[in-house]
Amino acid sequence: MTQAIGVLFDGIAYGSLLFLVSLGLSVTMGLMNFVNLAHGAFAMAGGFVTVVAMTRFGVPFLATLPLAFLVTAAGGAVLERTLYRRLYGASELDQVLFSIGLTFMAIAAATWFFGASQQPVHLPRFLLGQVTVLGLDLGVYRIFLVAAVAALTLTLGVLLARTRFGAQVRASVDNAQAARGLGIDVDRVFSVAFALGSGLAGLGGALGIEVLGLDPSFPLKYMVYFLLVVVVGGAGTLKGPLVAALLLGVLDVAGKYYVPQVGAFVIYAAMVVLLIAFPAGLFGRRR
Amino acid sequence: MRRIEIAFWLVPVAAFFMLPGYLVLGSQILIVSLFALSLDLILGYAGIVSLGHAAFFGVGAYTAGLLSVYGWGEPLSGVAAAALVAGLAGFVVSFLVVRGEDLARLMVTLGVGLLLYEAANRAAPITGGVDGLSGVAMWKLLGVFAFDLNGRTAYVYSFVMLGIFFWLLKRLTRSPFGLELRGIRENARRMAAIGAPVRWRLVAAFTVGAAIAGVAGALLAQTTQFVGIDTLGFNRSAELVIMLVLGGAGRLYGAIIGTAIFMIAQDYLSGINPLYWQFWLGLLLVVFVFFARGGIMGWLEAFAARWMRR
Repeated sequence: MTQAIGVLFDGIAYGSLLFLVSLGLSVTMGLMNFVNLAHGAFAMAGGFVTVVAMTRFGVPFLATLPLAFLVTAAGGAVLERTLYRRLYGASELDQVLFSIGLTFMAIAAATWFFGASQQPVHLPRFLLGQVTVLGLDLGVYRIFLVAAVAALTLTLGVLLARTRFGAQVRASVDNAQAARGLGIDVDRVFSVAFALGSGLAGLGGALGIEVLGLDPSFPLKYMVYFLLVVVVGGAGTLKGPLVAALLLGVLDVAGKYYVPQVGAFVIYAAMVVLLIAFPAGLFGRRR
Repeated sequence: MRRIEIAFWLVPVAAFFMLPGYLVLGSQILIVSLFALSLDLILGYAGIVSLGHAAFFGVGAYTAGLLSVYGWGEPLSGVAAAALVAGLAGFVVSFLVVRGEDLARLMVTLGVGLLLYEAANRAAPITGGVDGLSGVAMWKLLGVFAFDLNGRTAYVYSFVMLGIFFWLLKRLTRSPFGLELRGIRENARRMAAIGAPVRWRLVAAFTVGAAIAGVAGALLAQTTQFVGIDTLGFNRSAELVIMLVLGGAGRLYGAIIGTAIFMIAQDYLSGINPLYWQFWLGLLLVVFVFFARGGIMGWLEAFAARWMRR
């Protein structure tokens, strides 16, 4: 029983990471219908920012996290302004090819600069080890992860529900045309949302080095997971991707723990079944 | 056949006599060309973006490979069996694909590809897992031509197969069926309104495409006498889409030209450094999306049209 709860907790920690990274993708796909297969590359970039800052410049781990967010957000903003923007109305095939191209370039560049091996991360001592909570041994870092993502989610929830910008995002996702008609600058909303989403992905990548690992094949390895979170959760909301990510995280960890011989099979099978059963996602709004 | 087409088909024939050292690469190009043609029917004509087409290639390869490992090494019946199994798989999957919207289609094809990859990976006792399926031994082709080390038989075999299926696909795409597919690609709703059974046309196109991909997979298994698990991999599916778009989707010759250029460039550049290849391929894709959407064939056609006007 305690073991099952331990697996559940690991799954939740893993799922909250997936959620953090996928949120930006949810915005891209929900707001602009852009199939961005390169989203994982932003997460990878965040991870490398942390690794470089820690190993070359001796910045402490926690201080690298805002750095990872800012650098990838800036990178996302630049790419959005220069390249992504031109392909909003383009066909799905063009978007897929473009983002696969970006992914390949990111992978090659990362291998060129950092080598193909896994990157190490040295967590500060107070994030290592385990603590016993109500008779359960839980990893400190995983508790930290869940808490960090929960805090971020609450902040984002308030941002989306209470602020003017949040209202503009919601309106644009619901109906971009009508939002434009009401005088909302949908393009600008999207630019900001894209940068924010890229930054969150970078933050997720940095936080996730310990859990997901970090090597140049990262964008392709986790591409399906990120896409899955968005497609299953439905795009453009917080709740959908959150539930989908947690579900996916728990399923994946439990599958690998209890039926290792089946491996990733569980996830892919679940994905195909869910896609067929809920074409618009679990919480998707039908267009 | 127009003169330019005859000239086109003479190139691989000339390569056979003039570049005997490159026959192995040559037959791979011919086989992947056939694979690209099968995707062209689905993507270029029917307009279904598939990111998991390697699933059917792999199914064909494993079918032919396993047949031979279990004692039946006759090549042509192996190809037929592969086409049948892959076609059947395509038929089943097509119902899932046809149901959804564009994005769901993309994800379903991707998912099916990954699912089959994992399945082959886990069924290591049968498929060999990541080590691949070795011990594929082929009988003589037509009982006469043994598969030699220089790859001469493999080359001619692949060439003839490519020719046959190219001709079939040419007939198919120029038939009313092909026209319907193009109509569905352009506007499925209008096609339904004028009475075309959209769903069944897409199912048929997907099934035929899958069966031909199976043939290509079987050819690869038979000529290399090995089936690697990468035949099912995502990279293969993605690269195939790239080859097709590079050459020009929706044009049969585009599939072949794109494949040939892609594979020759890959052979040359990854010989220098695999990283270069991946980086330049990525850059090329981005540039292509922005500046050359019709691919090489589209570019050639535009060029020819301008030249004619002069």
